Amino acid sequence: MTPETLPAADAIPDALAWTVIVLLGLGTFAIRFSFLGLLGDRPLPEWLLGHLKYVGVAVFPALVTPLVLWPEATQGAFDPLRLVAALAAFAAGWRISVVAAIVAGMGTLYALQFLATLI
Amino acid sequence: MSRTDLAPLPPGPGGDAPRAEAAATGVRAAFIEGFWACAPFILIIVPFSLLFGVVAREAGLDILQAMAMSVLVIAGASQFTALALLQDQAPVFIVLLTSLAVNLRMAMYSAALVPHLGHASRGVRAAVAYLMVDQAFAVAIRRYEQDPPLGPSARVAFYFGGMSLIAPLWYAFTLIGAVIGRAMPAALSLDFAVPVCFIALLAPLLRTGPHILAALVSALGAIAFAWVPWSLGIIIAALLAMIAGRRCELWLARRERAAP
Repeated sequence: MTPETLPAADAIPDALAWTVIVLLGLGTFAIRFSFLGLLGDRPLPEWLLGHLKYVGVAVFPALVTPLVLWPEATQGAFDPLRLVAALAAFAAGWRISVVAAIVAGMGTLYALQFLATLI
Repeated sequence: MSRTDLAPLPPGPGGDAPRAEAAATGVRAAFIEGFWACAPFILIIVPFSLLFGVVAREAGLDILQAMAMSVLVIAGASQFTALALLQDQAPVFIVLLTSLAVNLRMAMYSAALVPHLGHASRGVRAAVAYLMVDQAFAVAIRRYEQDPPLGPSARVAFYFGGMSLIAPLWYAFTLIGAVIGRAMPAALSLDFAVPVCFIALLAPLLRTGPHILAALVSALGAIAFAWVPWSLGIIIAALLAMIAGRRCELWLARRERAAP
């Protein structure tokens, strides 16, 4: 926590902030619009459709793995509690439901963190 | 499963009134179905957007800037990335390239949605694109590949039904976070809500052997290519995983055909 009395020396200049906000917004939109916007209902070749079926299962594990194995909150140090909580979330999501996955994930982490304070 | 890919879509707009009426109820039902399918993610969106509002203020953005970012970008991970780099006083193009690389996966979502939503008008597709967040994509694609299949307009309605819930919450809680600002106890480990969210999106998609194999390749790829700059390792891992899934599927089909 930086004390309130500190001058805002490290404040982000207005012009810089707005430049990033607007360009990031436009760039992100361009990425999202790309295929859907430009291809429309032009039929995609069979081989491409065959691969696109796997986009979801191909992207999410790649996003999850680094966040679980070397989380920023621990400065990249492996945290076994987070791994166990992630596995609990996965098991609940796999067997029960989306809500169960979320509750099991956060709930397991909180429970383990609480237990860890007792040791 | 591939039936949505192959379903013959009626060319051009349907003309007859009774069919249009039946379609209208189907469309409303699909909108509501989409709304409820995305409802569980309130649990993630609320704390995450609240956190973004707080962190944005701590980083030195004013309330308007924090809001503008959530409204214009509407992509949590890249918003946090941009904030962190701005705080580190990284050059503008580094901030932009790094944050956009985080969003590059959405080009794959965009392509994967073409067979399902490509029929919509350009304006609708632009709205779909604007709202293309992880939850929207994962929940929609899961539904599109399920039975009973949704008609073309119902697929659009399902998508917007989900986002009619997610997007306003994202804006509102960014605002609340930015206004109340400061003090979000680190003990809440809210950062962990992000992987939990992705896990919740992933689990229902693992329906077949090839899907599971693709997910494994993706996770291992993310570890193997973690050294690649601009978080492009994630894109490499995803491409390899898609190839693995497709190869596995073709191999299984060939084996089945070969069997007596």
